[in-house]
Amino acid sequence: MEWIFNPWPWYVGGPLIALVLFLLLFFGKSFGMSSNLRTLCTICGAGKNTDFFKFDWKTQQWNLLVAGGAIIGGWIASNYLTIDPSVLIHEDTIAKLNQLNIKSAGTAYLPEELFGMDHFLEPKIFASLALGGLLVGFGARYAGGCTSGHAISGLSNLQLVSLYAVIGFFVGGLLMNHFLLPFIL
Amino acid sequence: MRQIIFLFIGILFGIVMFKSEAASWFRIYEMFQFKSFHMYGIIGSALAIGVVMIQLIKRYQLKSAYGEPIVIPDKAKSFYRYSIGGTIFGLGWGLSGACPGPIFTLLGAGFLPIMVVLVFAVAGTWVYGLLMDKLPH
Repeated sequence: MEWIFNPWPWYVGGPLIALVLFLLLFFGKSFGMSSNLRTLCTICGAGKNTDFFKFDWKTQQWNLLVAGGAIIGGWIASNYLTIDPSVLIHEDTIAKLNQLNIKSAGTAYLPEELFGMDHFLEPKIFASLALGGLLVGFGARYAGGCTSGHAISGLSNLQLVSLYAVIGFFVGGLLMNHFLLPFIL
Repeated sequence: MRQIIFLFIGILFGIVMFKSEAASWFRIYEMFQFKSFHMYGIIGSALAIGVVMIQLIKRYQLKSAYGEPIVIPDKAKSFYRYSIGGTIFGLGWGLSGACPGPIFTLLGAGFLPIMVVLVFAVAGTWVYGLLMDKLPH
């Protein structure tokens, strides 16, 4: 049983994600988490002036339930299935993050310096989180999907366009990681 | 009530995201530093199984739980929207360390500041909806 409380290795996590993909297909749906962001726009009234958001959000209720489940799953996993949430990343990465003043590397699940209750309201940090969210939301809809929709379901279905999207994810991620983050953090 | 199954699928997904550490900003940072196989292993193994699974579903014309054929629609052909949109998404992924699935997971795990990312991700989606007619697709 101890393995449940330790971090799960990739060869457990990956196949379980494939199981989630299978279950969604088996119950007649598809795997795509960012569609929920569009549904949330519609619920907030975005359909009043934009056709893109004019649809009956109740047809997307199933996906909101998946998102709600992901919230509950995060709560269960962190409270009942985890003893030490520290993420043991590579020591070179820890050293690099320490240089960027992320001192919580190797001792926490998320960087305290970005997501800590004492820090996230600092103007620079808040602006970084907000900008990250804006780019994720805008980019996912522009690309017609996020990691689940393109990297997992799209590529599994051998969609060439999903490969364009995933290459984009990595080009953007590498640019941010290597050239922009050092100035932001 | 038939839809309650989706809540359970979501719970499984949330637990997997948290426990495999795919929801950790540190793992995403490390992935883009090419310092660990972990994230590549997660995405790669999910994908390898997914490819075989979808081929089998198509070959054996597997029916869904409701007895209907499982149809996986092809995505619309285009180059610009996927590459430009994907790159913008990647910039946000590299900065916030969270894609949409993990955003929900982290909220449940009690990291309340992730609400900032969620609210602005909804706003970003809204901005896309407003500008979409003016963007190359």
